[in-house]
Amino acid sequence: METKNLLKIVIVGHVDHGKSTIIGRLLADTGSLPNGKLEQVQENCRRNSKPFEYAFLLDALKNEQRQGITIDMARCFFKTANRNYMIIDAPGHIEFLKNMVTGAARADAALLVIDAHEGIQENSKRHGYILGMLGIKQVAVIINKFDLADYKKDVYENIVKEYSEFLKNIGVTASSFIPASGRFGDNIVKGSENISWYKGPSILEQLETFALKPDNLEKSFRMPVQDIYKFTEQNDERRIVAGTIETGSIKVGDDVVFLPSGKENRISSIEGFNSPVRKEIGAPYATGFTLATQIYINPGEIMCKKGDALPTVASRFHVNIFWMGKAPFIKGKKYKLKLAAARVNAELVDIINVLDASELSSIKGKKQLDRHDVGECIIETLKPIAFDFVTDIESTGRFVIVDNYEIAGGGIVIGKAEDESSLLKDHVQKREYSWERGLVTSSVRAGRNHHRGKFIVFTGDKDSGTREIAKNLEQGLFNLNLNVYYLGMSSLVGGLDSDMKAVIEDRDEHIRRIGELARIMTDAGLIFITVIDGADEYDLDKLKLLNSPNEILVVNVGENYYTKFSPDLNFPANTPVKEATEKIKGLMSASDIIPSYCI
Amino acid sequence: MDHLESLEAQSVHILREAYREFKSLVMLWSIGKDSTVLLWLARKAFFGHAPFPLMHIDTAFKIPEMIEYRNNIALEWKLNLIVGQNKKALEEKQTYPDGKIDRLTCCRYLKSEALKHTLAGEWPRYRLNHSTGKFDIDVNKEAYTGVIVGVRADEEGSRSKERYFSPRDKQSDWNVDDQPPELWNQYKTDFAPGTHIRVHPLLDWTELNIWEYIEKENIPITSLYFDNGKGKRYRSLGCYPCTGSVESTARNVKEIIAELKSGKFANIAERSGRAQDKDDGGGLETLRREGYM
Ligand SMILES: Nc1nc2c(ncn2[C@@H]2O[C@H](COP(=O)(O)OP(=O)(O)O)[C@@H](O)[C@H]2O)c(=O)[nH]1
Repeated sequence: METKNLLKIVIVGHVDHGKSTIIGRLLADTGSLPNGKLEQVQENCRRNSKPFEYAFLLDALKNEQRQGITIDMARCFFKTANRNYMIIDAPGHIEFLKNMVTGAARADAALLVIDAHEGIQENSKRHGYILGMLGIKQVAVIINKFDLADYKKDVYENIVKEYSEFLKNIGVTASSFIPASGRFGDNIVKGSENISWYKGPSILEQLETFALKPDNLEKSFRMPVQDIYKFTEQNDERRIVAGTIETGSIKVGDDVVFLPSGKENRISSIEGFNSPVRKEIGAPYATGFTLATQIYINPGEIMCKKGDALPTVASRFHVNIFWMGKAPFIKGKKYKLKLAAARVNAELVDIINVLDASELSSIKGKKQLDRHDVGECIIETLKPIAFDFVTDIESTGRFVIVDNYEIAGGGIVIGKAEDESSLLKDHVQKREYSWERGLVTSSVRAGRNHHRGKFIVFTGDKDSGTREIAKNLEQGLFNLNLNVYYLGMSSLVGGLDSDMKAVIEDRDEHIRRIGELARIMTDAGLIFITVIDGADEYDLDKLKLLNSPNEILVVNVGENYYTKFSPDLNFPANTPVKEATEKIKGLMSASDIIPSYCI
Repeated sequence: MDHLESLEAQSVHILREAYREFKSLVMLWSIGKDSTVLLWLARKAFFGHAPFPLMHIDTAFKIPEMIEYRNNIALEWKLNLIVGQNKKALEEKQTYPDGKIDRLTCCRYLKSEALKHTLAGEWPRYRLNHSTGKFDIDVNKEAYTGVIVGVRADEEGSRSKERYFSPRDKQSDWNVDDQPPELWNQYKTDFAPGTHIRVHPLLDWTELNIWEYIEKENIPITSLYFDNGKGKRYRSLGCYPCTGSVESTARNVKEIIAELKSGKFANIAERSGRAQDKDDGGGLETLRREGYM
């Protein structure tokens, strides 16, 4: 097979409506079978005295008739003068929905098979719906087994009417409705005398008109940051922001902004290995950039171009989800949400509507999504993320939900939720309501301690000297007889956080624990000091909220990248330790945390 | 973007995804054309570097040129090369060439078992020392949780059922019927303790794509793939007692591409030179369920 363009098509539909037969036909009638395969299978059937079926060809090729049903999507190939095709055969059985989804998600176009005799069935609708959600725009509906309907035009028209109404409701437009017979070969590769009233394309003719995935170069620039590389050990000093460009294009010298952090920078170079030097690059290349200045950004942010329409940054949004997990999608449980390169913790806030799979009418009052349900929900991430609405940019408008290590749901973002409240605010409110106090009040405690409790967070770039300042501050305050404690981050990671897979991944949870810990320590009257490298504004907002009603003081060392949050103090990198601690003490005294004799 | 470029972009994306998600990651390098292309793609993804170890399972029956080629490339590209072997089976001569067992059992001992235990860190790993050019015992015994493998879907039936990120349980077993869904660019990157993930960046490549990419990128490849002067060449590399060559006068990459395009091998499976595939009906699938590559 030549490396020409390859169009991937998925073939879906209710079980037994004739998917395998159609594929067998397509392979046979385009001359794509290995020599002698057809004869061999026919001979086999004759010997076992069972009637020959085109579907057996597929089974013979895939050698997977273990349960008599297509277990997984498997691929087969054929070609025309025009290009190469890969057919992904997706199983129709409901138990294999996740395989069907996997197959369909990889496709450029889809054939949806409906049995003319049996008519529209549950999975004809469910599959249609999922194709729409997966973003497959090129769908041809094949009304198969037309021989059984005596090739009658009114059968065709009835199904077209009913099914196109359904498709319209879910926002999908079929490219064509093709009456066909897989068994007798009508309208598979070419038209047929039997259906002379039909003027549209045959299946193959329809396939030939489908387009490959567009490059989306004209759209706004989006590159989800997969990683930031620096291979210092290999004597490579480049700091490369790597990812796959989803849409748009960008040039050396262009100004960029990273979302959700809002940090800005400029493209300094486009990097590659064994490839010509480039000044410009666009979707869908997997590439890397160096930036004009060094900034701290996290994998998972989206790199955008200044001047382009930017993604939305929010933590509550309106989505459509289909659920494949064994356990239902429920409220009050933490899930991992993966959208483009971002991974964040998320929760289900509300279910607006659950669709009945067979009728796709809504079921009211459902509190959870069960396996194979499709629903409209509000979800909240524990930290704002950047996303697009799927109608604007698909690749940054869809996500998966991971439950218990498995991808359990897939979804698309259809809007931002208007509601301003958040799960975290609700949590803090509830926590404070049930906070059990001892007999020592905080003012009595502060009176004896001669100072109030305070949470002091140092942040900034890793090597900007934060730790020295923080530890010196602790010692200085301690020597003044104040109750102070410095918590090193590795003490936390090795202990309280040791159940977490990776702090980077579970950063939300890590931050949450620091915040809750701070609430307790400051309640105990302590001046509680810690250092969090590269905390972003959302981390700081969250810490502030979690530590409330007690007070927080944020000290940033090094460049101040914050766009929305303003730290209480800012020091340039490597400010002398003494100078910094004096200033901090000054501020603490001015705001009545520690007595004035301390400075 | 042409088809080869889009295959490259997808593979690079998958490799970066794997590198981001797995702390303990390794790439299997069989020295053949596919895994060498895979290695090249890693250098693409990581801007000239291979930031994880490359593991080769040496059955001791590999064609000698393969080992020579392996060591040269590893030194030149500064690879962290790790070699594993089933020493016990070799010492006890529990091998097919020694006449004690059949081909499939031999594959199981020298490849599957060796791979499983070397990945898990239970058997010694021999690490290339770049200053001496010799192999030292590796002190790292940590089990690898992410294993990058160069399988292609078009190689053979069972492989077309693979995912890009495919979980294996504690026994390295593969549950073909219950695989995780993969949507868009989202893969299974979370895994329960004790399980590991096989990563397949080359799943969508065909044999021809591989050769066209080798030509385009000028990737050095072992000369065993070319006509040895007697009108024979290897199409797939394995152990010498079980790997046959094909009739071919292709002397270089260009000629191999022309030969593949001519349809000469259209009806002959790529691995048909590998005798072990024929020994039982679903041979490779059985082996693969047990962790064979
Ligand atoms: N009469 C008739 N039977 C068909 C046609 N296409 C498929 N079938 C039969 O329908 C049954 C199911 O077909 P198959 O292709 O296995 O369905 P799948 O489950 O969708 O892959 C088989 O017995 C086929 O012979 C057709 O066009 N006409």
